[in-house]
This record gives sequence, C-alpha cells and structure tokens, in this order.
Amino acid sequence: MTQYLHKLLPQAAVHQPQTPLVDIRDLSLRYDGRWALDGISFQIRGGERIAVVGPNGAGKSTLFKVIAGVLTPTSGSVAIAGGGPSRHICIAYVQQRAQVDWGFPVSVADVVMMGRIRQLGLLRWPRPADWELAHQALGVVGLAGLAQRQIGELSGGQQQRMFIARALAQEAELMLLDEPLTGLDTPSQEAIFDILDELKARHVTVLVAMHDLRLAAEQFDQVMLLNRRLIGFGLPEQVFTPGHLAEAYGGHLHQFGPGDDLLALSDTCCEEGS
Amino acid sequence: MGWVQLLLEPLGYAFMVRGLLAVMLVGVVCAAVGTYMVLRGMAFFGDALAHAILPGVAVGYLAGGGVQGSLFWWALAAAVLTSIGIGALSRATRLKEDTAIGIVFAGMFALGIALISTVRSYSVDLVHFLFGDVLGVSDSDLLWMGLFGGVIVLTVLLFYKEFLVLSFDSTLATTLRLPTRFFEYLLLVLIAVAIVVSLKTVGVTLMVAMLITPAATASLLSRRLPVLMVLAAGIGAASGVIGLYLSFYVNVASGSAIVLTCTAVFALTWLGRTLQRARRDRAPRPVASA
Repeated sequence: MTQYLHKLLPQAAVHQPQTPLVDIRDLSLRYDGRWALDGISFQIRGGERIAVVGPNGAGKSTLFKVIAGVLTPTSGSVAIAGGGPSRHICIAYVQQRAQVDWGFPVSVADVVMMGRIRQLGLLRWPRPADWELAHQALGVVGLAGLAQRQIGELSGGQQQRMFIARALAQEAELMLLDEPLTGLDTPSQEAIFDILDELKARHVTVLVAMHDLRLAAEQFDQVMLLNRRLIGFGLPEQVFTPGHLAEAYGGHLHQFGPGDDLLALSDTCCEEGS
Repeated sequence: MGWVQLLLEPLGYAFMVRGLLAVMLVGVVCAAVGTYMVLRGMAFFGDALAHAILPGVAVGYLAGGGVQGSLFWWALAAAVLTSIGIGALSRATRLKEDTAIGIVFAGMFALGIALISTVRSYSVDLVHFLFGDVLGVSDSDLLWMGLFGGVIVLTVLLFYKEFLVLSFDSTLATTLRLPTRFFEYLLLVLIAVAIVVSLKTVGVTLMVAMLITPAATASLLSRRLPVLMVLAAGIGAASGVIGLYLSFYVNVASGSAIVLTCTAVFALTWLGRTLQRARRDRAPRPVASA
C-alpha cells in the first residue's frame, strides 16, 4: 500500500546549478485550431521580476500554464532549472481572480495550507509546524488577522495576497501571477508591489501578467511584450518602442506626444487602475 | 397514543429497524460524496449515473435469481463502466460532457428496462429498482451496505486534502504534481459505489436527491467544508428516519417519503435563511465609527 502510494507521488525534480531557471526554446502551442503561442524563445535567471504585457488573447495565461507544466507545448522545449516542468513543485501559478469559486467553503488559512499538501504527502494531516508556516506566510502578505475568514469575505486585493501566501507556503521559487492587479484600486496595487519587493528579497522569481504599460515600466526590471509571438523582452525602454507597441497592439494603439516618447495606448482591457 | 409510543411502535417490526439503519447509513455515505458533487456541480452526472446502473442491476437480477450479493457487484460494474465511459466518450468525440452524459445515461437506462421486461412478472421488481424497497432490506444487505459505505467514508477522509485541492483549484493540484487523473477517477468510483449502496433505499430515479439535497441544505448553513460534510450527513440521516416514520404512519411509498422530507428540509432551511437575512437587512445599522 505505502509503496503504491509512493508511486503516486514521484520524487520532485532537483534543480541543476548553472542553468537558467526558465529556458524556453522555439515554443509553439496550438489551441482550438489556432496558434496561441508561436516560436517563443527566452531565458530567465533566478530572482528576477518580469512584467508580461500584451493585449487580451496574446497568450499570457497560456504561456504561464506551459511554464507551470499545466499545458503541454505542441513543439519546442521548456526547461525549469535544467529539467521539464512536470516534476517541479517549486512553480506556483496564481490564476485570475474571476476564475475562482469564492463561495467555496474554505477559510483563508485552509487555502494557504493547500500549498503545502505536496510537502505533507499522502495520508498525512497538517502538523503544528505546517500551520505555523501557513500563518507566517499570511503574515508576510499582511493577512495574519484574517486567517479564519471565509475566502469570499476578502476584498480583491486581500484575495490576491492570500494566493501569494499560498505560493509562499508552497515554498515556490517561481511565481506566475495572472493579472493580479486587475480590478484593484491604487492602494491595493501598492500593497501587492510591496509584497513583490519582499519576494525579490527572498530571491523568488516572479512573472506578472498585466495590462498597464506605465506600471510595468515603472515597477519591473524587465518587461516581456507578447502577442502570440515574443515581440520584445528586456529593459522597458528597449521593449516599449513605438514599433514594438504597434506590432503588439495594432489598431488599439494611439500614440500621444511627440517623437519616440514612451506613451499611452488604449488597451482592450481593463479595470486596472491608472 | 403518546409521542413515545408513536416513535417506538415501528421499532417493534424487524423490517423497520433494518430500514431505519439502512437510511441512516445511506444518509451518511451519500453526504460524504454528495458534498463534493454539490461543490463541483455534478448533480446531473450523479442522476445519470444512478439511472445507468439499471442494466447492471437487471443482469444481476436475471442471472442471480434475486441473490443480493451478485446484484450488488453487477450494479457496481455498470456504474464504474458508465462513469469511465462518459469521460472517455466526451474526450474521444469532443462532445460537451453533459451531452455525453445524456447519451450514455438514456441508453443504459433503456437497456436496463428492456432486460428486466423480458421477465414476465417484471413490474413489481422494476418498481423496486426504480423507487427503492427500503422495507425489503435484509441483514445481508445491511452488511454489504455497511462494508462498502465504510470504505467510502474512510477513503473520503483519507484523501480529504487531495479531494479538496482538486475541487477548489485543479490547476494547483497539477502544479503540485498530484496524480489528478487518479483522484478524478477515484471520486467517480466512490460516487458509483455510494449509488449502489443506496440503491435499496430510494431506487435509481430518486437517488440524486439523497446525493445532492442534504449537501445543498448544509451548504446554506455552513461555509466550512468539514462542518458542511457533517451537517449534510446529519441532515441526510435524519431525513431518512423522518421519511421512513412518515411512510409508516401516512402509508406512502417509503422512497418518496424520504426524498420529500429531504426536499422539505431544504425548503425550510432556505426560507429560514432568507427571513433571517431580510430581518438583518431591515435592522437599523450601527453608525460606523471613524
């Protein structure tokens, strides 16, 4: 019995030193008869903080799910610290808030503990040390006092921070946050950025899918501009050029101001504050 | 006749005692899987699966000459085959899952009725399969039900955190590299076993009520999963007992009395919650302090 249970949970992959944390080569993914991602290659070193921007349907969520090993690419390769993603438990994918069933009968602490069940293993209940870790994680994101709340009682920003706490409890080294800022007011967004600073101090690599180019340029070391193909990846001033933006956003782009000032566009989305 | 006597009189009949034990057991077992079915929106699947075991029941009935043990295994085989078949069909044909469920469920149900109708005196037995025969539960039936019901409850408890993650966030289950496919199928098999365990009490056509209604009632009362499960078990068992007493005194079919009790409990709970909320909204709000 125990032996069979061990077969259900294979050993987690070990990280190879001297390899990039994320190494994607010529990645393409066909979904519902069209190319959701097409010929994407890039590398990410550990500890970086990257904004992934692009219009709706650009493949941001799809890219995250491929990196997390939830979707399998049609062609090309994905390596996480030297191995395929499907055996890593160090990757946390935080889905968009709209996709979560907020009426689900669980408390904030329950959700954070979900991040630890792989470390717990089968047939084991959380020990005091695991609850301690969950509460520490909630402390990091400033939700220590709300641990026993039902998840639907949280504000949007608090819900987002709860999922970051879950990723911390998972001891994730790579966090993929899918539009965490959407629908949040400015103070709530700032609270998220404070937590992202804390994650950077902990050498956690964070990819954030978002829509607000100004925030992306101000708050991130590197930005990735995506529209099914990888249009640019690097420092904001190198990536957000009028040419690149026109390529990514096409008809939705309205440039203001003179010359090559990095400037505004009306995206197809969103409620993200500005 | 006093209240005590009203309660005690049915217990003088062995078939009533067995029936009461059976409905309590079914209440608990159905709550264990039914809670997840409510949370995951599997009501239609449960209804279909209950109907689809009929050909298994029929084959067991024709081949076994009424021996309960063989009926149990045939029904279980039909249920497991159906639940796996629905998944395979929707994947292979790219049909939406509820379409696949509809096709398989109606086909299997019709096959079951066709098989049973080959026996000349089929109508009485068919009625029992369709609507239950809780007063016909034998000692060996109870033993089977207790055994398999126990396995279901134990499995749900042992894999509580895995079923929880899978139901709340299947993407997380994948990134934690849990064997999601294994647990999905395990849940389907548990539902199938629960249906077979409950077959004698309410029959295939009313089965979905035992799976869904108590859990749905509990979900109105609690926002914590463990509490919700225990409440659902209590409501299911109590509804079974009340329904059986009602059928004893009012002389209506026991299966329908049990299900009507479940429905009434749900309706009353919902009404109570609505009135409570209305009163709270009408009450003057305390002035928020700055």
